[in-house]
Amino acid sequence: MNGRNLILDSLWPLLQATLTLTIPLTLISFVLGLAVALAVALMRLSSVPLVSGVARAFVSIIRGTPLLLQLFIIYYGLPALGLTFDPFPAAILAFTLNVGGYGAEVIRSSILSVPKGQWEAASTVGMPYVTTLRRVVLPQATRTAIPPLSNTLISLVKDTSLASTIQVTELLRVAQEAAAPTYQFFALYGVAAAYYWVVCLVLSFGQTRLEERQNRYVAI
Amino acid sequence: MTQPLGTSTATSAPSLSPAEGATPGRPLVSVRGLTKTFGDHRVLRSIDFEVPVGTVTVLIGPSGSGKTTVLRSLNVLETPDTGVIRIGDVEADFSTAVTKRQMKALRAQSGMVFQAHNLFPHMKVLQNITAGPILVQHRNQADADSDAMQLLRIVGLAEKADQYPYQLSGGQQQRVGIARALAIKPHLMLFDEPTSSLDPELVGEVLEAMKDLATQGWTMVVVTHEIRFAQQVADQVLFMDDGIIVERGTPAQVLTTPSSQRARQFLRRLLDPI
Repeated sequence: MNGRNLILDSLWPLLQATLTLTIPLTLISFVLGLAVALAVALMRLSSVPLVSGVARAFVSIIRGTPLLLQLFIIYYGLPALGLTFDPFPAAILAFTLNVGGYGAEVIRSSILSVPKGQWEAASTVGMPYVTTLRRVVLPQATRTAIPPLSNTLISLVKDTSLASTIQVTELLRVAQEAAAPTYQFFALYGVAAAYYWVVCLVLSFGQTRLEERQNRYVAI
Repeated sequence: MTQPLGTSTATSAPSLSPAEGATPGRPLVSVRGLTKTFGDHRVLRSIDFEVPVGTVTVLIGPSGSGKTTVLRSLNVLETPDTGVIRIGDVEADFSTAVTKRQMKALRAQSGMVFQAHNLFPHMKVLQNITAGPILVQHRNQADADSDAMQLLRIVGLAEKADQYPYQLSGGQQQRVGIARALAIKPHLMLFDEPTSSLDPELVGEVLEAMKDLATQGWTMVVVTHEIRFAQQVADQVLFMDDGIIVERGTPAQVLTTPSSQRARQFLRRLLDPI
């Protein structure tokens, strides 16, 4: 089989892997990860030392250990404690926690970038903490958070390739399996790289659109 | 755009109910023995004053004298260490533990206008004004919108309802800030150096709007360096220095013939800076 046919034959299976595993893995982990990140960010901003300490420790551990290792601990390590996950949920869990750790710092600093006067103005019109956060602070923090969170998302797209090591047949794994018997590594990894790149390109485009939308209320 | 604001007094304004919430014969505001320390700096040493219903009290004094802290305490943006604040029927004794609920009730008595306007930049002008009524007081959108439009007409900015704050001049932003404070239907209006960060030529429109409120019978406490405003509008002037009220009285007493050396020195410098 020549390289050209191999590439053509691999286009569909690799696209399938992208659509059914790489993209869902990315999006589910990112959405769940943002929820974790917001919770951890608010905990870190808490004035209760125990609460902010727990959040600080979480961020430190997530950022201080390799993602691959986190994935292995969840998939290969936790069964020792009686917690067994299938590959896909294990990957979701690992990526969610990872996004949670990095995103928490982004969200925390974005919240802090909103001037104190905004909190004060909200409280003088009677808004309680949660309303102030939802209606006043987070909408403004979002504007600051979009570029760094887009970085996190785009990194995540590529980090999902690590799930190939725990039996998730995502894009890289499918490329590996197709390349191994034929030794056409360059061709198949090239197709896989192109797919990753296109996904990231689309996301970068989305980032630009979001940033433009967020700029509607500021003088440029 | 800066049409004479005085014309609006004739229209009946549902959101303006200046004298409500006051018990006849009793001052609307009463402050007794207020103290506050930041670190080891005693910002307020012992502050006592009263504000009768429908009057304007102006707080003047050098920066660091504690006047802004007094004003912010009235809205519980600062929590005094000791002392009693009563506004209308709500009283809080800060010498004892004050509950969140008490603070909220006290805060709801007054509307606050900030030096740096602090409008919500991501909301249009109308939403800035309706945020309190809709999100906090849970009034329906249509009512809140029509009240907000009424308030915008009063501050002369009805045509700006659909703009974002950044599209307005500093003076217009400040007037929206006034409308936003009025929208929660307070009994007392507080102004924290509302013209200090404005271009000189924009100061007049804001002072004019404030003067208008005073004419309509609003009870106001104003921290300002605008001596002419104090002379024209104030019923009572409090001169503060180093955490105490050094002088109090009518504008004529405090501003024209101050008895303390400190007040004389301050006023001389204010009127003739070089």
